[in-house]
Amino acid sequence: MLMPQPDAAVIARRSAIADDLRRLCAAPDAIIESEAERRAYESDGLTAYRARPLLVVLPSTAAEVSRVLAYCHKSGLKVVPRGAGTSLSGGALPLEDGIILGLGKFNRILEIDYDNRCAVVQPGVTNLGITTAVQHAGFYYAPDPSSQIACSIGGNVAENSGGVHCLKYGLTTNNILGVEMVLIDGTVLRLGGKHLDSGGYDLLGVMVGSEGLLGVVTEVTVRLLRKPSTARALLIGFPSNESAGACVAAIIGAGVIPGGMEMMDKPAIHAVEDFVHAGYPLDVEALLIVELDGPPAEVDHLIGRVEDIAKRCGSVSVRISNSDEERLSFWAGRKAAFPAVGRISPDYYCVDPTIPRAKLPDILKYMAELSRKYGLRVANVFHAGDGNLHPLILYDANQPGELERTEQFGADIMRYSVEIGGCLTGEHGVGVEKRDLMGSMFTEADLQQQQRLKCAFDPNGLLNPGKVFPRLHRCAELGRLHVHHGQARFPDLPRF
Amino acid sequence: MSRYRPADEKQLIEVVATAVANEEPLEIVAGGSKRTLGRPPQLPHTLDIAAFAGIRQYEPEELVLTVGAATPLSEIESALAAKRQMLAFEPADWRMLLGSAAANPTLGGVVACNLSGPRRIRQGAARDHVLGLAAVSGRGESFKAGGRVVKNVTGYDLCKLLAGSYGTLAVMTEISVKVLPAPEATRTVALAGLDDARAVAAMTHGLNAPHELSGAAHLPNADGRARTILRVEGPVPSVEARSQALRDELKPFGVAEILDDAESEKLWKGVRDAAPLVADERAIWRVSLAPTASTAFLGAVRAALDVDYFLDWGGGLVWLAVHGADDGGAAPIRAALGGQGHATLICASAALRAAVPVFEPLPPALAALSARIKDGFDPKRVLNRGRLYPEL
Repeated sequence: MLMPQPDAAVIARRSAIADDLRRLCAAPDAIIESEAERRAYESDGLTAYRARPLLVVLPSTAAEVSRVLAYCHKSGLKVVPRGAGTSLSGGALPLEDGIILGLGKFNRILEIDYDNRCAVVQPGVTNLGITTAVQHAGFYYAPDPSSQIACSIGGNVAENSGGVHCLKYGLTTNNILGVEMVLIDGTVLRLGGKHLDSGGYDLLGVMVGSEGLLGVVTEVTVRLLRKPSTARALLIGFPSNESAGACVAAIIGAGVIPGGMEMMDKPAIHAVEDFVHAGYPLDVEALLIVELDGPPAEVDHLIGRVEDIAKRCGSVSVRISNSDEERLSFWAGRKAAFPAVGRISPDYYCVDPTIPRAKLPDILKYMAELSRKYGLRVANVFHAGDGNLHPLILYDANQPGELERTEQFGADIMRYSVEIGGCLTGEHGVGVEKRDLMGSMFTEADLQQQQRLKCAFDPNGLLNPGKVFPRLHRCAELGRLHVHHGQARFPDLPRF
Repeated sequence: MSRYRPADEKQLIEVVATAVANEEPLEIVAGGSKRTLGRPPQLPHTLDIAAFAGIRQYEPEELVLTVGAATPLSEIESALAAKRQMLAFEPADWRMLLGSAAANPTLGGVVACNLSGPRRIRQGAARDHVLGLAAVSGRGESFKAGGRVVKNVTGYDLCKLLAGSYGTLAVMTEISVKVLPAPEATRTVALAGLDDARAVAAMTHGLNAPHELSGAAHLPNADGRARTILRVEGPVPSVEARSQALRDELKPFGVAEILDDAESEKLWKGVRDAAPLVADERAIWRVSLAPTASTAFLGAVRAALDVDYFLDWGGGLVWLAVHGADDGGAAPIRAALGGQGHATLICASAALRAAVPVFEPLPPALAALSARIKDGFDPKRVLNRGRLYPEL
């Protein structure tokens, strides 16, 4: 992965820059300069890539963020914003000639407003921390990425994080009401609030999922939902991936939108069963967990309907949870899928493309071919409800060439997903990981239009450079208009 | 003064490129039902995108529909109904309100204005349902954004940016939307005689209970009495149980009646289309604010103006019809809102829409950023110039 060439002149000015930044932040420990301490920030959840940041800056207030960004803007210093550093796509991968702007000190819940069903929190609050703060009153924050115990809500906004309940409850973008943010020139803006929708352009919708390239979020207003009164799950075994896939389509076709619908293939089932002994059947090719949540009358009604559909689709085993413990035991294996795979392989690599659900058998067949081609095992867990794949490719980083083969394997899966009507990433983001694959989904014109949006926020490209876009264009070049100077050049145009 | 009707994308690009070369802006129209919505732009040419119509791909089991942007909503809704599905954001039909009864609203128009009905509070806005689109920018270049799957974080979410941009950034030619199963049954729990504060309290109580409401509105003058209505949707056993539980829970607010499917449909269609305020020569406003702020907001507005009104979105949406104020009530309404939300002048004479800000005025930094975004998509301001804000 080629990152922008570090500027040696900037690196040589490290301590002078640190002195400047110390004057902008009140806390004595706000600037991290020592080599040893900077090392803690050298990668995020995508650990294959590392770089030691120039400096780490940990501001405590929006005013400090504003001063730091204005300084960077004036002096042409690159900035990589960072939340909890759990990105799986390298969104917070540092630059040797750029600062890490860490939002970890923004860790307070500012307001909980049950009557307006929202909470105002600082960006460093963890995803799960929001739910923990409101669950005693029967509320929760819906998006639940697997990293929710550690990941921050600011990072969720940057990445538009998902989770297992997206089909029914949406991604981060559907659950955020407002943000306070700082532009690279230090301007502080408020987008949205406790009300719905926007008075002008939907800049809030643009900010969510912008991967730290447009601005730095310093406050977030999230939507709170009343916790469903019941949840029950079915654990359904199938003799083939095709019949499991057909069952997913049949459930949705029958008008049922489950709270969660997860699928595992045989290698994943065996890996997790060996690890957590969840009681999963081992004589099936695919396993489906279907969770219905809502009022008891509805859940009980729909459980019966889903069971009928499963039987019609040729399921070989069906278990229905009769208690919350039993329901959670169904999930125990799925939730342990990553560590379970980690146990049977020195390393694993996970990508997250989304595909049309009907294409699931096709892509599983294709992955089996790739597995033979590259000589690497693959286990699949799959957010079947929303079509979001999570193939786990098993490899050993100590074997020369295996990481490279693994990355090619992942890239082949992602390209195929785009070919069959899907996308490169459903929830982990582009970051550095998928940057060079953007051309398989978007034309150069598509990407240029996206970069023109970037230019409106950050004309000098100082925020998180090297991420998302494979080729950086200068804003002046992107802004140039190629005007045709003839009138009447289009005699065939129908005019009325 | 020309009316262009490009037959395909190539011709559309030519029209836009011509407009750029001559610096002569275009008014984009499809069904033409919302031409009086927004600032009156008075542009020299009309760009009629009627040719970009038709259902391109509909996969009910994938919950995805792809259509030409100018496809009539009526065509979409009947195709969806045949598969017992719907556009869950409940697009409004404002033809009666806007006096365009003969026009034919399109999905492109609804998305361009991000118009959502009562179910907004549960299922999100129009913008939340747009999965992908193809468009031609004001630079005369075609581009696409998003895709055809529900979970997609690849690249910036330009779909959200274009939704609600009133055609000022690009001409949408094709749109993919998420669709959802239509509810099997609907019940409405209706309370009578509540004042505004009690009504908002009742709606908050209902929305904060675990009954999954898909609508909460207050009509202060429904055939001579105040009605507060709360909607539940879903399978029959579910709506029966939930509507009864909700009625019990709302006992502190009075004895509620439960309305069946047919009555519910009629009532909520009226809320969706702002029927209580139709047929009037008044300035009509739509105000989005924090739900519990609506009581104080209404108090301040009613102290200054003679208004009819009703509430949707559990109090988070206030519809106002203003009698006899020179500015249509703009100053007192925006003062009462205090920047904590946004007020849009939906219905007024062209003169009034030219005289007062139709959309919520933006703080300077936000206005400057919006102008820079416009520069990136439409530097010569040839697309719907002045429709949203004078400088865009």
